[in-house]
Amino acid sequence: MQPFRQLDYVRLDDSLSNEEKLARDTVRDWVSERFLPLVAEHFEAGTFPMEVVPELADLGVFGPTIPEEYGGPGLNNVAAGLIYQEMERGDSGLRSFVSVQGGLVMYPIFAYGSEEQKRRWLPLMAKGQAIGCFGLTEPDFGSNPGGMLTTAKKDGTGWVLNGRKMWITNGTVADVAVVWARAEGKIRGFLVEQGTKGFSAPEQKHKWSLRASVTSELVLEDVKVPGSALLPNGEGLKAPLGCLTQARYGIAWGALGAALACFDEGLSYAKQRIVFDKPLAGFQIPQQKLANIATQITLGQLMALHLGRLKDDGKLTPAMVSMGKRNNVHLALETARVVRDLMGANGISLEYQVGRHLCNLESVITYEGTHDIHTLAIGQELTGIQAFR
Amino acid sequence: MKIVATFKRVPTTEAQAKVGGDGKTLDPAGWQYMASFYDEIAVEAALQTKEKHGGDVTVLTLGPSEASKEVREFLARGADSGVILKDADPAARDPRWTAKALAAKVQALGADVVFTGRVATDRDNAAVGPMLATYLGWACVTEVVALEISGAAGTAQRETEHGVETVAFSLPAVITCNKGLNEPRRPNLKGIMAAKSKPIAEESPSDAGAQAVVLSVELPPARKAGRIVGEGLAGVPALVDALKNEAKIL
Ligand SMILES: Cc1cc2nc3c(=O)[nH]c(=O)nc-3n(C[C@H](O)[C@H](O)[C@H](O)COP(=O)(O)OP(=O)(O)OC[C@H]3O[C@@H](n4cnc5c(N)ncnc54)[C@H](O)[C@@H]3O)c2cc1C
Repeated sequence: MQPFRQLDYVRLDDSLSNEEKLARDTVRDWVSERFLPLVAEHFEAGTFPMEVVPELADLGVFGPTIPEEYGGPGLNNVAAGLIYQEMERGDSGLRSFVSVQGGLVMYPIFAYGSEEQKRRWLPLMAKGQAIGCFGLTEPDFGSNPGGMLTTAKKDGTGWVLNGRKMWITNGTVADVAVVWARAEGKIRGFLVEQGTKGFSAPEQKHKWSLRASVTSELVLEDVKVPGSALLPNGEGLKAPLGCLTQARYGIAWGALGAALACFDEGLSYAKQRIVFDKPLAGFQIPQQKLANIATQITLGQLMALHLGRLKDDGKLTPAMVSMGKRNNVHLALETARVVRDLMGANGISLEYQVGRHLCNLESVITYEGTHDIHTLAIGQELTGIQAFR
Repeated sequence: MKIVATFKRVPTTEAQAKVGGDGKTLDPAGWQYMASFYDEIAVEAALQTKEKHGGDVTVLTLGPSEASKEVREFLARGADSGVILKDADPAARDPRWTAKALAAKVQALGADVVFTGRVATDRDNAAVGPMLATYLGWACVTEVVALEISGAAGTAQRETEHGVETVAFSLPAVITCNKGLNEPRRPNLKGIMAAKSKPIAEESPSDAGAQAVVLSVELPPARKAGRIVGEGLAGVPALVDALKNEAKIL
């Protein structure tokens, strides 16, 4: 595979600091050298390469913005975004693994956890010695998690959990699950450890998307947890949604990574492939396709970078993140489709990256709020009228 | 131990060579830069020496301010400080000028050992390391592929065309590092953040006097297109004929 060349049409690199570039390039090199040679096989086998977890921890990508005193590197949000971009340039499954660990498990422990929970879990998770998962979605409640049926009942000083979660990334391999449940009328988060009686996490098989990622069901049957398992400082739907805002911000960047990988592969393919005695890239229709996707990617890069700067300034709102996630995943999927087509039959071969990204992005456009749910979030922001129900 | 590793910022291997308008320099338009390949090995050798024997590592370069990007990366890998001898026109420097300017700074830093790359990948002179040792009046071991330092002395292995040579040396010394000595480490995100608070000094190099001046640069002539004389076994007679009568090498 030839070295990755990142599209940077409007010289956005010039607006990155040395640390931001270095963080990106460090992860980029790792992905190229260590991850890309493995991923196609894992995608076909439907497995996640767990052997890279210690290397990811050494790099420091779990919870990149978590401050040093809790074991994180304390990066700014632009550097973190660039890391997600590079992870997803590798595979959406890799970025999902890292997003779940950092944005969906370390973040709620950091934001809603007790000091004891933070001291116990964050350093372990930053080192990759504990893996986490985030259980919100249920078989009958995805876009509308507020309807969840999972319950937590007070039992002396502890709680008893009952219910089922579906489509939970990393469920089977997790040491600890953040489980959201209805407790005394309010949605609360609980840390449920693997091995707790009544708790199991069977893997969901036969996915044709995000194959290099473990997806699981969480089954909770009279699971007794101590009072210290409750995340004390977050309640109501806004608690899990706060986590999702973190992870969705990462997806706005991550999707760009998948798009950049597809664009790079498509551009060099079009330059090399000879049709009717000249390079494919020398015909007008392919050039128009390349011009269109390059423009969309560039607009997406501007959006992501700006959202990152706003986040660092504390001005980013969930409605802005909705626009970033919706736009950038959509453009990535469009890029993958266009490049897939440009590459003819080779476009459907797993010898190339584009087919893998194309399949993966069909999950990314659904999880963390579907495309249309974000449409409605933007609509509500614009009109002041909520049209969800 | 006071350890210094020197590096040169060079164009990446993908940079296209094109003669500039003045006919004396290459046109740098569109080039990207990196630390020279062998200098990465030198910095790694410096970091490993620090880890074994204690002390601190300064990375030193003669080059433009932009080299702070590479310096930062070395600080992220574990070096303690960086010095850029800021030179408006580093491409014009010859090896002797470079070595003399570096020697003055190495002396000022009070170094016990200096690691350099075997050769810089742009100019291919392989001269700065030995010249630096000459100016300092230190021992010099070149093209090192294995290294052992203990106390104020060490042994090193050099890979030469004739085989492997093992030599002993005493400190202070200049070691020029070859491929195989080590695998340069990757920085990690914590290192990148820690590097933010490490010092990078930009100074003017001391004037090192006269130097050789490039008069003109010419690219090698473009190679003629090849010719296919035939295919498979049937092509062999034509090939032998061409090698005998045209190329005259048989
Ligand atoms: C690979 C993968 C990994 C996942 N990982 C996790 C995880 O780690 N943790 C977790 O909690 N969840 C996870 N999910 C679940 C994901 O978040 C949900 O699938 C998603 O929220 C959509 O829910 P649903 O599948 O129930 O679809 P539904 O909510 O049933 O939606 C179906 C369709 O209806 C549309 N729709 C729904 N409501 C409306 C409305 N009001 N108006 C108009 N259109 C509407 C949607 O846009 C969509 O097109 C994962 C999913 C996948 C595929």
